Amino acid sequence: MTESMAEATEGAVKTCDGVLRERGQQSVFCGLTGVVWLHRKIQDAFFLIVGSRTCAHLMQSAAGVMIFAEPRFGTAVLEERDLAGMADAHQEIDRMVGRLLERRPDIRMLFLVGSCPSEVIKIDLDRAAHRLNARHGATTRVVAYSGSGLDTAFTQGEDTCLAALVPHLPAAPADEGRSLLVVGCLPDVVEDQFARLFRDMGVGPVRFLPARGARDLPAVGPNTLVLAAQPFVGDTVRLLERKGATRLAAPFPFGAEGTTLWLKAAADAFGVDPQRFEAVTGPGQARARQALGRVRESLDGKRVFFFPDSQLEIPLARFLSRELGMIPVEVGTPYLNRQLVEPDLALLPEGALISEGQDVDRQMDRCLAAKPDLTVCGLGLANPLEAQGLTTKWSIELVFSPVHGYDQAGDLAGLFARPLARRALLKV
Amino acid sequence: MQLTVWTYEGPPHMGAIRVATAMEGVHCVLHAPVGDTYADLLFTMIERRAGRPAVTYSSFQARDMGGDSGGLFKRTVAEAYERFRPQVILVAPTCTGELLQDDPGGLARAVGLPIPVIPLSLPSYQRKENWGAAETFYALVRGLAGRGQPGPRPPRPEGQAPSCNILGPVSLGFRHRDDLVEVRRLLDLLGVTVNVVAPLGASPADLTRLGAADFNVVLYPEVADTAARWLERTFSQPSVRVMPIGVGATRDFVAEVARVAGIDPVPALDESTLRLPWYSRSVDSTYLTGKRVFLFGDASHVIAAARVAQDEMGFNVVGMGTYSREFGREFRQAAEQYGVEPLITDDYLEVEARLADLRPDLVLGTQMERHVAKRLGLPCAVISAPVHVQDFPARFAPQMGLEGANVLFDTWVHPLMMGLEEHLLTMFREDFEFHAEAAPSHLGSAAPRSLEPADAVVSIQADPAATLVAAPAAGDASPSSSTSPSTPGVTWEPEAEAELRKIPFFVRGKARRNTERFAADRGLARITVETLYDAKAHFGS
Repeated sequence: MTESMAEATEGAVKTCDGVLRERGQQSVFCGLTGVVWLHRKIQDAFFLIVGSRTCAHLMQSAAGVMIFAEPRFGTAVLEERDLAGMADAHQEIDRMVGRLLERRPDIRMLFLVGSCPSEVIKIDLDRAAHRLNARHGATTRVVAYSGSGLDTAFTQGEDTCLAALVPHLPAAPADEGRSLLVVGCLPDVVEDQFARLFRDMGVGPVRFLPARGARDLPAVGPNTLVLAAQPFVGDTVRLLERKGATRLAAPFPFGAEGTTLWLKAAADAFGVDPQRFEAVTGPGQARARQALGRVRESLDGKRVFFFPDSQLEIPLARFLSRELGMIPVEVGTPYLNRQLVEPDLALLPEGALISEGQDVDRQMDRCLAAKPDLTVCGLGLANPLEAQGLTTKWSIELVFSPVHGYDQAGDLAGLFARPLARRALLKV
Repeated sequence: MQLTVWTYEGPPHMGAIRVATAMEGVHCVLHAPVGDTYADLLFTMIERRAGRPAVTYSSFQARDMGGDSGGLFKRTVAEAYERFRPQVILVAPTCTGELLQDDPGGLARAVGLPIPVIPLSLPSYQRKENWGAAETFYALVRGLAGRGQPGPRPPRPEGQAPSCNILGPVSLGFRHRDDLVEVRRLLDLLGVTVNVVAPLGASPADLTRLGAADFNVVLYPEVADTAARWLERTFSQPSVRVMPIGVGATRDFVAEVARVAGIDPVPALDESTLRLPWYSRSVDSTYLTGKRVFLFGDASHVIAAARVAQDEMGFNVVGMGTYSREFGREFRQAAEQYGVEPLITDDYLEVEARLADLRPDLVLGTQMERHVAKRLGLPCAVISAPVHVQDFPARFAPQMGLEGANVLFDTWVHPLMMGLEEHLLTMFREDFEFHAEAAPSHLGSAAPRSLEPADAVVSIQADPAATLVAAPAAGDASPSSSTSPSTPGVTWEPEAEAELRKIPFFVRGKARRNTERFAADRGLARITVETLYDAKAHFGS
């Protein structure tokens, strides 16, 4: 970062590690939003948010495209009588959960999701989960976690959810050898692709957290090797390490290179023969390179600016710069989980400003001054930036689409190329 | 606690943002935790606004709460002023901010800004979005409009055109943008000048001039009613409260404006561009006669639409409801005119239950009813907020005035089966292309789906009766016949069931219900083909 940029960011703190840390308005969802994909992934789970009308309105707005599919989530909206102490929060929760499980006997796992208001008025959802487990635990496991904006931003809600599952994971059999645990929600199609690759390499057993069903919680033990599939699962990984598991460090599986390095971390830990690794991953690498080759021309040399959103920003910036020739100007992340993204950070080119947290107004100023060719940002900022002449990519699509692995590398690149192609296409 | 999945209205601070964003030079500063910024996307995505909404959030986190969250709010106010240079700042807590008890009003005043700072009281755990909008607009008007002269207004000077304020249009309103154009045109034809339109497009300076108008047009009572009542008291300004939706109401609106302004209504009665009356009278509209319609939305749009449905389209209003509890009294009175039981609720599951029970031929509702209707295979047109990106069409599409009436005709007829198409379906009901499940031919792939098991359980709710609605009727294996719950104790013979299936799906539910009622009334345990036709003869359809 140059001196002039340092002046432009007056009020923010640039620490000695070269990261710009900002405090201010954050245009980032809270962790409740994770429910939108988690409830699709864990197919027999229900997410009960204990919160306010705002929480319900957020879920409705964020999940707009999925509205009125079959939602396995709901909000218990706190009312005046709950605040005034006229109603006992725990009795209310018990009543609601009882009725819910009666109506939905197919639910095997119930998440009580804490929100900003439930935290401020100190409703102890862990205690509620404990109590409800005593009553319903035989058929439905009840787990509490926080999706509150006071502690979590967007994808961190998945981390708090998965971290809450860690104490419930069964212990791996004592006589079991090494096993691999892949952590972080992946679309089923991607999960299956990875499972096939690991199988063909002879890496196994391979388990995934979260699993698709509440009854399939993966086992974990001292011989478990943990491979994070998402950069935002830091707390979950730390808890798994506390259970004796070992974390594998790797860049995240975006693009041909990222996917290969990610798979290689597991392969090496399992002692897979390099020739076999090459034989198994070769076709995927070739397909990914072929797909990326088609897009590269339109992105090569283009400057990209990331507003903070999902914590995917650093791995994605690495992918865009190393595999597509893009130049990251600023890479914003709501939270820099250095431990998990270090391998990606190491591969980022010099000159990219890494920023953590947000002061959205200042960041807009920086973005408009930098005039990037492509700006990756949330839905609240995209149209205003487009109106200022910038080309934008909605970051939420990066969370809601299959983008990991070899066979999605072309799709991932396409998400960045499409806004530029569209801008070039339009003659109005 | 109340369990919900979808809501008709957001929290009250959402209403405050809608008012501030609609205006010029007004900025809202909310004491709110990080995630509350999601509200921005409604403005930028649904309304496709080119700018960000006029709101700044203090974005407090857990680490601020033990410390100086008040100090954070003061800094936020000061920085928002420096950056946006508004003429007025509104301050309020959101639901979580309210729990901190930091007193945003007092904190903001302590910043010592050189502009008015108006604190809003928005009880998040009692009130909702429209109430918040009305309260915000009222607070702005009361804070800025000044003091009126006691006693009646002095007569308008000779030769001066009467003037009015148009109150109510806001951001994210249902067709407010286009309604305003249409209403301005009517007023212009009448020779009435528009003093101020607010909130949409008004500056704080404009609000100081509100008292200069001769009267107020309350376009959207959900937003403007509280402020209009204060203006009535303070400036002795009468209010025109007729919402000009539909032909009759537009004529009434013109007459009412003319009466209040003391002018001749004739110039505004040029109806050369009005097509609804002739389209409704033309013979191909015969098939609209008596279509059973259910309406749901905000109180004022539903009340207005019910009149159009009955008097101008020739529909039969079989049910109406609203989520606007604030207007419950007015709504009940309106429902009485149509002899229907009003449904006043903000629980969409109750609305869904009523819809499934009534099986109307057409639903006029909000985007929520559009989804429910889609699932139930019922035609639906949208008449009210909450809005969706589709409710901001590129074309001019008002609901009000003469063009609004034309738009209503097109929009409400569009989802229905065309007249002859309906007859042909009845005649050739087992044709492989023209089968009973076919959608109206002009609607492409939008074939109404039967209720599938995957969709069956929509969500959890307090009312066990709604379970019946959401789940396919027990023992009713055929997807096409799961459109209506069976009456317990009455069984269909297979031949009768097969015959029932030959009836087009859009009347099948009614036929099933009537037949079962007919059988139950006569103590018949089994329904035969004969029973089906006996019931048809009995009910006359």
